Amino acid sequence: MTDLFDKHRPIAERFERMMELGVNAVGITNDQLISPTRAMIQGRETILAGTNNYMGITFEKAAIEAGKKALVEFGTGTTGSRIANGSYAMHKELERELAAFLNRKHCIVFTTGYQANLGMISGLAGPRDTVYLDADSHSSIYDGCTLSGAKLVRFRHNDAADLDKRLSRSEGEEGGKLVVLEGIYSMLGDRAPLKDFVELKKKHKFQLLVDEAHSFGVLGPHGRGLADEAGLEAEADFVVGTFSKSIGSIGGFGAGDHPMFETLRYAMRPYMFTASSSPATIATSIAAVKTLAREPERRDALRRNSERLFNGFRNLGFEMGCEDVSPVIAVKCKDEPSTIMMWNALLKAGVYVNIALPPGTPNRLCLLRCSVSAAHTDAEIDQVIATFAKVVAGR
Amino acid sequence: MTTDKPIIDEICRLLAPHNPKGIALSAATDIPKELNIDSVGVLDFIMEVEDTFDIEIPMNVVAETHTIGDLVKVVEARIRKA
Repeated sequence: MTDLFDKHRPIAERFERMMELGVNAVGITNDQLISPTRAMIQGRETILAGTNNYMGITFEKAAIEAGKKALVEFGTGTTGSRIANGSYAMHKELERELAAFLNRKHCIVFTTGYQANLGMISGLAGPRDTVYLDADSHSSIYDGCTLSGAKLVRFRHNDAADLDKRLSRSEGEEGGKLVVLEGIYSMLGDRAPLKDFVELKKKHKFQLLVDEAHSFGVLGPHGRGLADEAGLEAEADFVVGTFSKSIGSIGGFGAGDHPMFETLRYAMRPYMFTASSSPATIATSIAAVKTLAREPERRDALRRNSERLFNGFRNLGFEMGCEDVSPVIAVKCKDEPSTIMMWNALLKAGVYVNIALPPGTPNRLCLLRCSVSAAHTDAEIDQVIATFAKVVAGR
Repeated sequence: MTTDKPIIDEICRLLAPHNPKGIALSAATDIPKELNIDSVGVLDFIMEVEDTFDIEIPMNVVAETHTIGDLVKVVEARIRKA
């Protein structure tokens, strides 16, 4: 008998090597949350600089009260999918609020952000279609593509000329074409050059989906993401986003103006065959969307904090993930063992960041990845910089 | 760019940077297993193959392509199709 776990032995061996360094970098426990930017980890008060809590919104009084009220009035869970059990009024209210925020005709919410990409991509593309995806796409995009059964063509990261070449190779083939981009790429923090990609729509007929997971609430004059920042929302046929970052809860959405958009509800398996979001989750998400709309100054604070951390790191001479300043700020490291050791030293010094290693990173990079919050104080950002100076730069 | 060199020679040339240990390559070589290339590395390598022969090798096809011999057959079929 072949043990089904045999195929996972290389993963187990890699994990053991990591543990030989005395570190479980992928399994830390937050024992107590003190604020959106601080937690107790291993008995130490730690600055959180790797949580994607961009708006610092997780302890907002209005959202917590809304969540409590929903819990009491609607119970702990929905116990089924919206197709099988029906929607709660709040699901529809959240979709209306989001559609208004996004200035889109239609919006569908999902139970997680991962499912939003799975659902939207597999709902839009089918076995006779082709999906063109950026090489650095998030795993949820890759998995959504696989679920779709469509032909999958990968193009070089942020390279519109490379996509042009690949679209040309399949010129004249039947079926629809979906191009998938991300507003901010999660590992290096760089933006898609949206204008260059949109330009290709004139030459090759395709529909465009922009995953704004890391840019929703963050970029653009209205906080709607990269397409908003670039003034190209009309060219982004579909947008996807998550609630687990700027919204500070859990869930995701897909939105668009297509007249048949609502049909997707009956064509997306990750929407149809999973339980809908719990009442408390939906209620806190609604409150957070309203906060984002009401308090644009959070975006300004986030931008200032991002610039402060980025410039601080650059002044230390680090090789940065990219030259775009965004709330995702990655420092390139030499190799896997040294990255693990530095990550551990940062944690021991009271700073939590993400560790990102191949194959989860572009170009086999080893990264110490930070995410900035609007709720970080200047002192916290400076503490992160000072700790990196000591641990990573050896000063 | 297309080439007149035998396809297997070109593929072996493209694999050289992924083969730091200098393992002897043949049609039977399992690309990810024997050269220890991770899933993303394989996809990046396939992009180079696509551009060298100016063909399209969808990701769906890559999943079923393991050995150098498998890849040669895919390239031959795709060149004929183009």
